[in-house]
Amino acid sequence: MQIALSVKNLTKKFGDFTAVNNISFDVEDGKFFSILGPSGCGKTTLLRMIAGFHKPTSGIIELRGKNVIEVEPNKRPVNLVFQNLALFPMMNVFENIAFGLRRRNEKGQVVTSKVSEMLERVGLPGYEKKEINQLSGGQKQRVAIARALVLKPTVLLLDEPLGALDAKLREHMKVELKKLQAQVGTTFVYITHDQSEAMVMSDHVAVMNSGHFEQLDTPQNLYNSPASSFVAQFVGNNNKFIVGLQKDESGNFYATTPEGGKFLLAEPFDIESDTTFEMYVRPEAMIINPDIDDKTINVLKADVKALLFDGGNSRLLVVPENSDMELIVALPQNHQFDYIKAKDKIRVGWHPKSAVCFKRSEEKIYEEF
Amino acid sequence: MKNSKTHKIRWSLIIFITPVLLWLFLLIVFPQLELLKMSFFGTGLPGKANFTFANYAAFFTEPIYWLTFVRTALYSITVTLLVLAISLPLTFYITKIAKIQTQGFLTVVVLIPFWISELIQVYGWMILLRESGILNKFLLSLGIFKQPHELLYNNVTMLMGLVYISMLFMIVPLIGVMQSLDDSLIEAAYDLGAKKITIWKKIIIPYVTPGIMSGSILVFMLVLGSYLTPKLMGGKNALWFTEQIYNSMIIYFNWNQGAAFGFLLLLLSSLIIFVALKITRQDFRKVIK
Ligand SMILES: Nc1ncnc2c1ncn2[C@@H]1O[C@H](COP(=O)(O)OP(=O)(O)OP(=O)(O)O)[C@@H](O)[C@H]1O
Ligand SMILES: [Mg+2]
Repeated sequence: MQIALSVKNLTKKFGDFTAVNNISFDVEDGKFFSILGPSGCGKTTLLRMIAGFHKPTSGIIELRGKNVIEVEPNKRPVNLVFQNLALFPMMNVFENIAFGLRRRNEKGQVVTSKVSEMLERVGLPGYEKKEINQLSGGQKQRVAIARALVLKPTVLLLDEPLGALDAKLREHMKVELKKLQAQVGTTFVYITHDQSEAMVMSDHVAVMNSGHFEQLDTPQNLYNSPASSFVAQFVGNNNKFIVGLQKDESGNFYATTPEGGKFLLAEPFDIESDTTFEMYVRPEAMIINPDIDDKTINVLKADVKALLFDGGNSRLLVVPENSDMELIVALPQNHQFDYIKAKDKIRVGWHPKSAVCFKRSEEKIYEEF
Repeated sequence: MKNSKTHKIRWSLIIFITPVLLWLFLLIVFPQLELLKMSFFGTGLPGKANFTFANYAAFFTEPIYWLTFVRTALYSITVTLLVLAISLPLTFYITKIAKIQTQGFLTVVVLIPFWISELIQVYGWMILLRESGILNKFLLSLGIFKQPHELLYNNVTMLMGLVYISMLFMIVPLIGVMQSLDDSLIEAAYDLGAKKITIWKKIIIPYVTPGIMSGSILVFMLVLGSYLTPKLMGGKNALWFTEQIYNSMIIYFNWNQGAAFGFLLLLLSSLIIFVALKITRQDFRKVIK
């Protein structure tokens, strides 16, 4: 597979502040690549360097093997869909989409047919004559994407293009965008702070945190085997336990909690003395009242503090015995657990393979207020 | 309930609007009507004057009059275009390129000269440019001039002075619209392959056109009707049209003629603006196509 975009040791400093810190990655032709990270982690800065609007402090950007660091944005074979779309308000839909073609001196019939073909692609056939302010949010979105795609860029860069849409439309556009990308086969580099967007659409996702990549992997791997506690917390939901680690005579590893819990782990660890660890177990990996005879499962007793009903996303808020931490447990809506009420005592279990451990870090995704 | 409320509103409306209407009528409409009447009467003893179009006809039959007007109008258009050519990049720099911290400072620096009256500004120019002025001394001391030159009283210095005094009226509306132009529009055009000049032609100028229009009308009217700068800085043998009005009224004591010229100035300048608006509209449409 040919490499469409290759970024090597890219760094951007604003004064003393390092916004992008020594990032390297490759994107293969025709892939949907996402960069996922919290607000302010440097996603837009990275994207603007690829588009050519920021000059990197150091590093190399290659498009199909050609270094483009010195190439101006209007000459780079990449196009950017802006965070706020930036459609030209003084032009109609046709003129917006034809803008880039005209700059390449394409004329007349060629332009007309390319534009109408592109409008059909994005599901807006016959919208040529509409003014920008006559379009809905979702339609503007499509026009902005069409305006960039019609130029057949080597890489299409998208900066949180769904950010301004309401939740339902965002769900819809996620699927549309993925379908569109598969159809046109253009390489997409998509940045977002919404993990669900990244997971649903992407072939590969890079999780970004304060200027560097924490992990670059398939969505499945990010979810199942996060490489750091940041990824474990940022991708999907997770319950966090502060634990110590132990190894017994038969070579099994255990996580121990201050309250006296002892939980089997599936993988061996390097145990240094006196290190605290964080153990993560996903709410949906928790089993409510597991089979009492199954000795392979870790179990703790807990009080139900509240039922958080949210349709298919309903959860239990439970407090383990002798502890003041709170755990979230997924509550399937299949009537199996209808008997559980607030203040009940239940048992919560999980398979050792469902837990992941990392050395404790003081890092927080967002400052807590 | 409802009735009393509408009553109240009407009262407050009347209270507010009466002084405005009085001001409009007593100070503007009424004297203008009087002048209008005057412009249709020949000179003669009061009460004996007869109705005539002669005052208006004089403008078209005497080349000196209409030539002065044509000259004034052409210079005013030139000044407007010059002011526009300077203000566009200037306001672009202030709003888009300068750092946020320096923007306010730059705006104030640009506007400060306008706190000084036109007369003082013109005298400032004269101190700078006259034969024994600062610029002459400077150039002499550098050896660029062998002897002092009179830099005042020609069309170039007059243009310069007019550009200077009217700049504010272009910059203020332009800064407003320029600020509302989203930077990402410029970047988007750049990203889609546009060169700098295309970005100006296709994005910035169409976007700020309302500001250009209102600024241009203000500057044009102001320059056309200005008196001090052309009189003090312009050449002695080339008149501005307002000087023609002044001469008729004050020197020849022919108020009727002066009034007719005044109304012609109003009519013709409105006509020019109307035509200019029509032309640019059409151009504007072509640009969009
Ligand atoms: N021109 C600049 N000068 C100085 N600092 C900047 C500049 N642009 C961005 N930064 C800083 O760099 C960091 C990363 O900004 P960036 O816009 O890339 O974040 P982001 O990941 O896109 O966030 P968001 O999701 O909120 O859009 C921020 O802390 C920001 O304050
Ligand atoms: Mg951003």
